Amino acid sequence: MISLRYFAGLREQTGVTEEQVDMAGRTVAELWEWATEKYPDFLSGAARVAVNEEYALPTDVLEAGDIVAFIPPVSGG
Amino acid sequence: MKTFEIVTEAINPQLYADIVLRPEAGAVTLFTGHVREWTKGVRTLHLSYEAYVPMAEKKLAQIGEEIEERWEGTKVAIAHRIGELQISDIAVVIAVSSPHRKTAYEANEYAIERIKEIVPIWKKEIWEDGEEWIGDQKKKPEGELT
Repeated sequence: MISLRYFAGLREQTGVTEEQVDMAGRTVAELWEWATEKYPDFLSGAARVAVNEEYALPTDVLEAGDIVAFIPPVSGG
Repeated sequence: MKTFEIVTEAINPQLYADIVLRPEAGAVTLFTGHVREWTKGVRTLHLSYEAYVPMAEKKLAQIGEEIEERWEGTKVAIAHRIGELQISDIAVVIAVSSPHRKTAYEANEYAIERIKEIVPIWKKEIWEDGEEWIGDQKKKPEGELT
């Protein structure tokens, strides 16, 4: 299983902080597709994806146990 | 306390200056970013910051590494506060020491720019008549940054 985390505006849009999906072996791009289908209001293109606390590429392949975070545009400082 | 950290309590900037101070340092720049009341005519009541804490601390440390590689002889410490912050509270502190002042100034500014690019921290502005998560500050006109 893959563990998903949502933050800030995305957390409020999805209504969940965390959830599990069975997407080991799939790519980040495929996960993104799944997310935008499940959550039509998802800010497509605006957020980056981090896998195990490092920014990921759309072609990266997910492995069982990965922690994936959807990262909306950051605004620290 | 850690050299690169996300905290939930009030920040004491001096603690971070102390981390970077060394005998070979002739300069320490200490930047503190504060909660501003007015942004483009809109009054902020308070702010709420959220972070992906483990990744944010990792990215703050990465910024420190970038600086220490790019400007020889520098040492960096950074803390960012999350949770509810009031007007004038310190949201972020960046301490940089270096042998000479020019580098300490440059590296400090580099750090805040990078924080706004890569560190997973989000700010929500709460106004009298609403609230909104703020994002993508780099694309907005000047005046929007810290």
